[in-house]
Amino acid sequence: MVDFSVWQILWNLLLAARWTVVLSLIAFVGGSLVGLALLTARLRRWPGVATAVATYVQVFQGTPLLIQLFIAYFGLGLFGINVSAWVAAGVALTLYASAYLTEIWRGCVDAIPRGQWEAADSLALSFGEKLRHVVAPQALRIAVAPTVGFLVQVIKGTALASIIGFIELTKTGGMITNATFRPFTVYACVALMYFALCWPISAWSKRLERKMRRDR
Amino acid sequence: MNQLDFAAVLVDWPLLLRGAAFTLGLTAIATLLGLALGIACARARTHGGAVLRAVAATYVELIRNTPFIVQLFFIFFGLPSLGLRLSSETASIIAMTLNLGAYAAEIVRAGVENTPRGQLEAARSLAMTERQVFLRVVLPPALGRVWPAMVSQIVIVMLGSAVCGQIAAQELSYYTNLIASRNFQYFVANFVAGAAYLALAVGVRQLLTWAGPRWIFGRVAGAGR
Repeated sequence: MVDFSVWQILWNLLLAARWTVVLSLIAFVGGSLVGLALLTARLRRWPGVATAVATYVQVFQGTPLLIQLFIAYFGLGLFGINVSAWVAAGVALTLYASAYLTEIWRGCVDAIPRGQWEAADSLALSFGEKLRHVVAPQALRIAVAPTVGFLVQVIKGTALASIIGFIELTKTGGMITNATFRPFTVYACVALMYFALCWPISAWSKRLERKMRRDR
Repeated sequence: MNQLDFAAVLVDWPLLLRGAAFTLGLTAIATLLGLALGIACARARTHGGAVLRAVAATYVELIRNTPFIVQLFFIFFGLPSLGLRLSSETASIIAMTLNLGAYAAEIVRAGVENTPRGQLEAARSLAMTERQVFLRVVLPPALGRVWPAMVSQIVIVMLGSAVCGQIAAQELSYYTNLIASRNFQYFVANFVAGAAYLALAVGVRQLLTWAGPRWIFGRVAGAGR
């Protein structure tokens, strides 16, 4: 048994929180790119794409993130790729985030009145121009609040990466517990860390949402 | 060993079935308790005194801004050092209930706050007590309004319960792991489990969407609308 003061526990958790933040950013940025690609494909109205994307969303929203992580971890190995926990967690969380984000943003695009699309059509704008100049500016305004809110879900989701051996906040909490035998203090500190990360973002998302409602 | 052997996994279907049943059981209990807790918290946040409001708000924010797995580990590994030793099943149910309760509180509150003023005035003019007004006039249609969001949240909690296998609660992902550790078909076992969870998610969603208006809020609300 090792003696850790509460400050030492907090300091070590703070160091580990860096990896929670990095993994969250990877998943969020990667998920945004994939989600945006899926959304664009959907808006082009290519035959079959809408159903395919809907199925993709349904699969990721209808299975536990934990199972998705395991499938990525063991599945990538089947292709002979040497999977580190980094790769598996990065891939799984990126796909997970993309499914949610593409669905959130589709809702935002759907909220734009049909007339806007028709007006853009009547100006003979190309698909890209329509998105860039007409749809995106309006959809973005609605999308900001729920997107920021989803970031909280991503951060909390990274905690599951600890189970496939990714050393972040939760995993470090487990390791410190094994060294100190003080699970109560350690997990309370871990929870506190997550709260310190997530709560400001939640509050920001709520404020954005209120502001948007006022502006309309 | 590297071959994908679905038969090796599916031959253990009784274990998978037992796990799925356990997952459903956990979810059912957590749903009932979590809904009650959520309604109580929503009530506290809209009608309670200052202290009660603060307590409810703190609880909701704490749960919503920390991961479920940390809540579960805190309850299962942390509480025994206060002398509260829980079985993995009890810990799972408590964690799922607390988790659902916090989200349900926010969902119910959104529904309650959208109650038309006239309904409240009408109920009070019939000399109903505040409690009767809330339980009979405000709550049922409020639940009806937010039921789709509630069903989604219940499904999310059910999927989240996959983590409970980590503290050896014998639910679906626990048995998935057990089967995989016997035949080393980790990918296939998790793939099958994923399909099973997907089926459970679709089934539970349909069941709750169907059952909600009939049993949970419909009887009374139907009369009011």
